[in-house]
Amino acid sequence: MRFLETFFNGTVIAKYTPDIIVAMGITLALSVAIIISGIVFGAVLAGLRSFQVRPLTLLIVLFADLMRALPPLVVILILFFGLPSVGLLMPDWLVLYLVLSLVLAAFAEEIFWAGLTAVTRGQWEAGRATGLSFTQVLTNIAFPQAWRMGIPPLVNRALAITKMTALGSVIGVKEILSVASSAQSFSGSATPLTMAAVAYMLIFIPAVIASRWIERRFHYKT
Amino acid sequence: MNARRYMLEVRGLGKTFGETEVLKAIDLNVSEGELVFIIGPSGSGKSTMLRCCNRLEEPTSGAILIDNARITDIPRRDLDRMRLNVGMVFQGFHLYPHMSVIKNVILAQIKALKRPADEARQRGMELLDQVGLGHKADAMPSELSGGQQQRVAIARALALDPKVMLFDEPTSALDPELVGSVLKVMKDLRDKGMTMLVVSHEMAFAREAADRVVFMDGGYVVEAGTPDEIFGNPKSDRLKSFLSRVSGGAH
Ligand SMILES: Nc1ncnc2c1ncn2[C@@H]1O[C@H](COP(=O)(O)OP(=O)(O)O)[C@@H](O)[C@H]1O
Ligand SMILES: [Mg+2]
Repeated sequence: MRFLETFFNGTVIAKYTPDIIVAMGITLALSVAIIISGIVFGAVLAGLRSFQVRPLTLLIVLFADLMRALPPLVVILILFFGLPSVGLLMPDWLVLYLVLSLVLAAFAEEIFWAGLTAVTRGQWEAGRATGLSFTQVLTNIAFPQAWRMGIPPLVNRALAITKMTALGSVIGVKEILSVASSAQSFSGSATPLTMAAVAYMLIFIPAVIASRWIERRFHYKT
Repeated sequence: MNARRYMLEVRGLGKTFGETEVLKAIDLNVSEGELVFIIGPSGSGKSTMLRCCNRLEEPTSGAILIDNARITDIPRRDLDRMRLNVGMVFQGFHLYPHMSVIKNVILAQIKALKRPADEARQRGMELLDQVGLGHKADAMPSELSGGQQQRVAIARALALDPKVMLFDEPTSALDPELVGSVLKVMKDLRDKGMTMLVVSHEMAFAREAADRVVFMDGGYVVEAGTPDEIFGNPKSDRLKSFLSRVSGGAH
């Protein structure tokens, strides 16, 4: 009974459910926005890299290595506490969105690039021999294949990074964990944290199921 | 036959990779509607020669003319338009694995030739019927046999209405029982009047379908003539030894 009282307190649940639902909306919206912009930006970077322009390639590799090496929380804190002192004020959610999008973009760039390099020379030659330009082969032939090869690691990476929206609690973004932990300190009960776990499951279990569907949908034999 | 104009002319073609001179001075003409067969030992520069004809490889010296246009003078940015005139079929098919058969055949028609989509589809279906694969239009390449894939690759190249078709060992990657269907498509194409330059080891097919046979070795054209001359009465020692090796079953 003590256990239930601590983790599943009915009055606490009733009190904080509306707040948690709003926070779920914020986590969900942030996650979707991060996945879309991270993957699109990563794809653009990999596409630009394939033109093999030395300085551009160096910049892209530098960006990807840096964003993959740094703990996201460090970048979030640097931007959140550092930018105001150079006169740039960004809302907390924007910092979180930007940093996680950039981290996902860095991983996505590497995944797409690995896919692009795995597209055979024969594919390129078949395309070019039929009068397609470099860019046309890239977008119509190479990229769709790189995309399919990249889906399993992309899906994993996207899930891992969207779960990092919980880092927003450190800078006050009103996402699930942040709302739950302030509810926990107000109520003195661990129940809001249980509610947070349930809320995350409600979002991410369907996401995991959807990801399996996507992986199957885009799987093809060569 | 004699009054025909040249559709493909190769004049003094040279190609060097780093230090190695792969093509020394190749001269070769293909008349309109002619099927010219190229034979020669592995490493003699046959693929390199073909690939120079659509500038997948950049010639080091010499000139290549297609329908009297010097394609070796074309600046790089205009290569794509030139390549519409030159169809190429590869040993490894290289169909796009993520697209259905019909989409493989339509893609360049729409993107490179700028043909309207419905027209491209119609032309694509026509060509798939011609290679006997109209019923496979919506299949994925992985669902086809090697011979079927190669026939789709031929349809894909034909879809751009090229003036010349280049074949680089189109049947070498196929199981023996699938070779015939591809050769038949090539024979039909020849009978329709397509100009064709074919690198292949199918000597029986050369005897049956080729107008002329060219023997390359060491970066030169060593001997050229009708199939009867080349197979029945080879003059150079190098051709004689090549033919005895090939007919001896060694590849
Ligand atoms: N991209 C390349 N770089 C360096 N050497 C090459 C390249 N392509 C072909 N070669 C060399 O050129 C020679 C002729 O090759 P190829 O044209 O493929 O001959 P074939 O088709 O008659 O077998 C070979 O010795 C091969 O190693
Ligand atoms: Mg070859």
